[in-house]
Amino acid sequence: MIAFLIKRLFQAIVVMFVISLISFSIQDNLGDPLRELVGQSVSEEERQALRDELGLNDPFLVQYGRFARNALQGDLGTSYFFKEPALEVILKKLPATLELVFGATLIIVLLSVPLGVYSAIRPSSLFSRAVMGLSIIGISIPVFLTAIGLIYLFAIELGWMPSYGRGETVDLFNGWWETGFLTGDGLLHLVLPCFTLASIMLPLFIRLIRAEMMEVLQSEYVKFAWAKGISPRRIYFLHALKNTMLPVITVGGVQIGTMVAYTILTETVFQWPGMGFLFLEAVNRVDTPLIVAYLIVVGAIFVITNTIVDLIYGLVNPTVKLAGKK
Amino acid sequence: MKKTASILAGALLSLGLMNAQAATLKMAYDADPVSLDPHEQLSGGTLQLSHMTFDPLLRWTRDLGFEPRLAEKWERIDDLTMRFHLRKGVKFHSGNEFTAKDVAFTFERLRNSADFKGIFSPFKEIKVVDDHTVDLITEKPFPLVLNNATYLFPMDSQYYSGTDANGNPKDMLVKHGNSFASRHLSGTGPYTVTEREQGVKVEFTRNMDYWDKKSPGNVDKIVLTPIKEAPTRVAALLSGDVDFIAPVPPTDHKRIDSSDRANLVTMGGTRIITVQMNQERVEAFKDARVRQAIVHAINQEGIVKKIMKGFATPAAQFSPKGYLGYNEALQPRYDLKKAKQLMKEAGYEKGFTVTMMAPNNRYVNDAKISQAVASMLAKINIKVDLKTMPKAQYWPEFDARAADLMMIGWHADTEDSNNFYEFLAMCPNKETGAGQYNSGNYCNPKVDQLVAQANTETDQAKRAAIMQQIEQIIYDDAGFIPLHWQNLAWAAGKNVDIAPVLNVMNFPYLGDLVVKQ
Repeated sequence: MIAFLIKRLFQAIVVMFVISLISFSIQDNLGDPLRELVGQSVSEEERQALRDELGLNDPFLVQYGRFARNALQGDLGTSYFFKEPALEVILKKLPATLELVFGATLIIVLLSVPLGVYSAIRPSSLFSRAVMGLSIIGISIPVFLTAIGLIYLFAIELGWMPSYGRGETVDLFNGWWETGFLTGDGLLHLVLPCFTLASIMLPLFIRLIRAEMMEVLQSEYVKFAWAKGISPRRIYFLHALKNTMLPVITVGGVQIGTMVAYTILTETVFQWPGMGFLFLEAVNRVDTPLIVAYLIVVGAIFVITNTIVDLIYGLVNPTVKLAGKK
Repeated sequence: MKKTASILAGALLSLGLMNAQAATLKMAYDADPVSLDPHEQLSGGTLQLSHMTFDPLLRWTRDLGFEPRLAEKWERIDDLTMRFHLRKGVKFHSGNEFTAKDVAFTFERLRNSADFKGIFSPFKEIKVVDDHTVDLITEKPFPLVLNNATYLFPMDSQYYSGTDANGNPKDMLVKHGNSFASRHLSGTGPYTVTEREQGVKVEFTRNMDYWDKKSPGNVDKIVLTPIKEAPTRVAALLSGDVDFIAPVPPTDHKRIDSSDRANLVTMGGTRIITVQMNQERVEAFKDARVRQAIVHAINQEGIVKKIMKGFATPAAQFSPKGYLGYNEALQPRYDLKKAKQLMKEAGYEKGFTVTMMAPNNRYVNDAKISQAVASMLAKINIKVDLKTMPKAQYWPEFDARAADLMMIGWHADTEDSNNFYEFLAMCPNKETGAGQYNSGNYCNPKVDQLVAQANTETDQAKRAAIMQQIEQIIYDDAGFIPLHWQNLAWAAGKNVDIAPVLNVMNFPYLGDLVVKQ
């Protein structure tokens, strides 16, 4: 276990290094950050002077060396727009994004398991067919359309839900975490964005669980269990479901990482003050220190979630030995 | 004693009134101010903030006249000197008294700002005559003293002196640093900033000691939330989550107009959208007949109607109506037959191929407009190889003059025609900075000479005649392709009486806003 974690840590460092190198080398193609910092009528000399001051005229390796030296001390640069350390800016926005992802995950877990299992057990029932049909639609509608549709229906026409933002939040842990889960207003603001975000992954998981479950139900040990006269509930929800969940956990871990990426669209439409929205804005403003820091943080999130998935996998399926994995 | 009593009574009365009608305004713009430092960046957002938290010496009225603010009146002493008499008894948010010293302090700070120094370069110095009188002195006779004085929002010199926790001077002006002035603010304006989370919201609270007791404004709290996505911004207004939004995308005008919850206000704008023809890159563009042919091939009315949904004014010159240089005689000249004829005369009947670049997120519908221009030019056999890109990537290409046709929009910071010519039409000159955005390299010495003349002519009528002549020359030379002036739009809930505080510069005077209860 410890050997496994150390190995993972080493891998993570390599991943971070590669990400930082790549994101650093593409920044020249993102545009000119100076243009976003100054007004239109500022002269070329003024801009060059500012560029010198920011060190943007130095050769690539000099700039990267400076960045890497600071990064090793935990300083990923200062955002041009926020005028604060980029890492701090991102960590401040992280809770909003994680709450969004958590809410969506909750919806996915609570809906996909029963729906997937039901449509595996009764594949030809009308309800199962309806679920399958809807899931096709869900998969094929782009997320910003879902979002705008939901806003139009529930915020404008019906007036039940707020149209943007996080609403009222409560400070936790000395202001390190602002949560929307503890106020009615905050919860109400979470509903539409969470359903929007969930709409991408939910159909996928229903279909995955259904397919796995159907396969498991055909296996020898389930047939044996039926022959033994075990109650259907025990067979479905204990013996069959446990094996169904193995691949679902693997996919789920990867998808949670992807979901963090998908928040970019959801957050933009709902003006959700999270990391994804921050990133898109940073790209528009060519706030390169923030872009580089974001890519590194998201890379770290991927590595961490994958590590946790591997650990959980080991718990669910004891035949897998972590340290022996290549 | 009697005086104190009446002041007290007045204060109680106004306090009572405030409480009776106090209203909160929730508003959403597409972005929030980049900094609380009014001199960090010359942009619409900064000026909108300045008008809420500071007061200029004087400000524009709706019909482009001037209205006294911190300067009660002004007079011309001689050709070079303008004297401003400052309002007495005005206090900053910090409680410090406003005096001539603050004006001088702000003036010097503006001269050190990369963004604002251009506007204040015609001035030689500021002279403090007494506590409530200052003289602005120019190098040469300068007609735009008042225009430029609208950019002078006095800052609290006492508040911004000394050093902050990091040992830096409090008045330090930096572009990308955590300076005192970028996070703290003390002006004389109708609102103070009480809470701010960058990119999320800014909260303003009414300045109870505001000097302008005649202001009808009854909004005691403003919450500004940036909402980047236009459909979300409109949805927030229609669902009642916010009371006031800007900008409003043309596609949603009908929907807001027909809604029973909100009102739409539109106004002809002053930002001109143009395309420049690079004469240095393309031999054919040196021929005035070819440039004429191109201008005759562009259907401005069509673009305004089909792409802008009527939300723009077709243009044939730089100056919008209301500016001194606006020349009524110059009208769009779409005439395809004549365009083909001109191409034939110039010997380019078979046409040629050119490259074109345009931004796709800078101006309203910029990418679609450039596609329309390309297809219109195809009709006179000019094949356009078009590339559109985000503004962040576009500006470096523009600086490098990377295409034969390049799109550029321009708004005159001084609200004066000469600003257009200086940046877009004068012969490009690296030393003087003239023609900095003239990617077409259009150059007519006569224009340069007239611009210089207009810069020192203080007689309004003579000046207007000179600038209208400049428009005529550029029109006859077909120096660039004028497209349209972008209109402006705002929308607000039915109970928000927004129209009286709006203006064509797009800095709403929210201190005077009335919200009906």
